[in-house]
Amino acid sequence: MPSLDAAFTALADPTRRAILARLTLGEATVMEIAEPFDMTQPAISRHLKVLEGAGLIARRVEGTKRPCRLAPAAINEIDQWLNMLRHALAKNYDRLDDVLAGMQPKKRKGLR
Amino acid sequence: MSKLTLKSEGDRHVVVTRRFSALPEAVYRAHTEPRLIQRWMLGPDGWTMPVCVCDARPGGKFRYEWADGKGRGFYITGEFTALEPFSRIVHVERMHLPDPTPDNHIETRFDADAGGTLMTMRMTLPDAAARAAMLATGVEQGMEASYARLESMN
Repeated sequence: MPSLDAAFTALADPTRRAILARLTLGEATVMEIAEPFDMTQPAISRHLKVLEGAGLIARRVEGTKRPCRLAPAAINEIDQWLNMLRHALAKNYDRLDDVLAGMQPKKRKGLR
Repeated sequence: MSKLTLKSEGDRHVVVTRRFSALPEAVYRAHTEPRLIQRWMLGPDGWTMPVCVCDARPGGKFRYEWADGKGRGFYITGEFTALEPFSRIVHVERMHLPDPTPDNHIETRFDADAGGTLMTMRMTLPDAAARAAMLATGVEQGMEASYARLESMN
C-alpha cells in the first residue's frame, strides 16, 4: 500500500470520491465510470491514475479494456481509515460535550 | 485517555462507543433536534451545517448539508426506522458526493451509565467494499487536520 498521504490526496477530490463510490457497486470500465460525469474520458483517466497510484483501485487488462475495481489493499487498510475516522468523530463528540454542558434540562411538570 | 472507541466488526460493521457525562435524554435530544445537531455535527474546524432538516419519528426523513465556506460541500439524507426516546435510534443514511453511497444502516443506543450516558452506534454496510468506501469518505473529515500536521512537519 502506497503512503497514506497519497491516499488522502487522492480522496481530496470529489470526483475521485464519486468514482470510488461507483466502484463499491463492482468493477467498471472507464466508459462506465465516466458516464455520470460531465467530463471527458481523458480527464476521468487522469483521476483513475491518481487513484491507482494511491493504491485505492486496481486495474486489469481485458482485451482493449482496462476495467477498474476497488483495490483489496485499500479495503484492507481498514485500521488506518478507522484511525482517521476516529479522529474526525472525536472532534465532533468533544464539541457535543460542550453543547451538552450548556443544555438546560427540559422543563418538567413536577418530578417523575 | 480517549473516550471514543471505533472498531470494525466482521466484514460489514463498524461500532463506535462514546461516554458522555450528560444524561441519555440530553444526548438523545442532541442527536434529534436540528438546532442542537447543527452545533456539533460539523467535522473539521471551519465547516458548518447550513441545512439541517430532521423529522425524528418513525418513517421521518432527515437531510444534513455541510459547507466549508469555500465552495466545497456535501450532504447526507436518511430515514428513521425506529425511535425510542431517549434510549435508541434506528436509521438508514447515505452520503451524496454527489452520487449516493451505499445505504448505511445505523442503530444508536443511549444507555444510562455511571450517572452519564454510554452511546453505542453500530453501522451495517451492504458489504466489505461499501464499508471500505464509507471509511474512506470519513477519512476526508479528518483530512484538514492531517494536512495541517503535514505542513508543520515541512
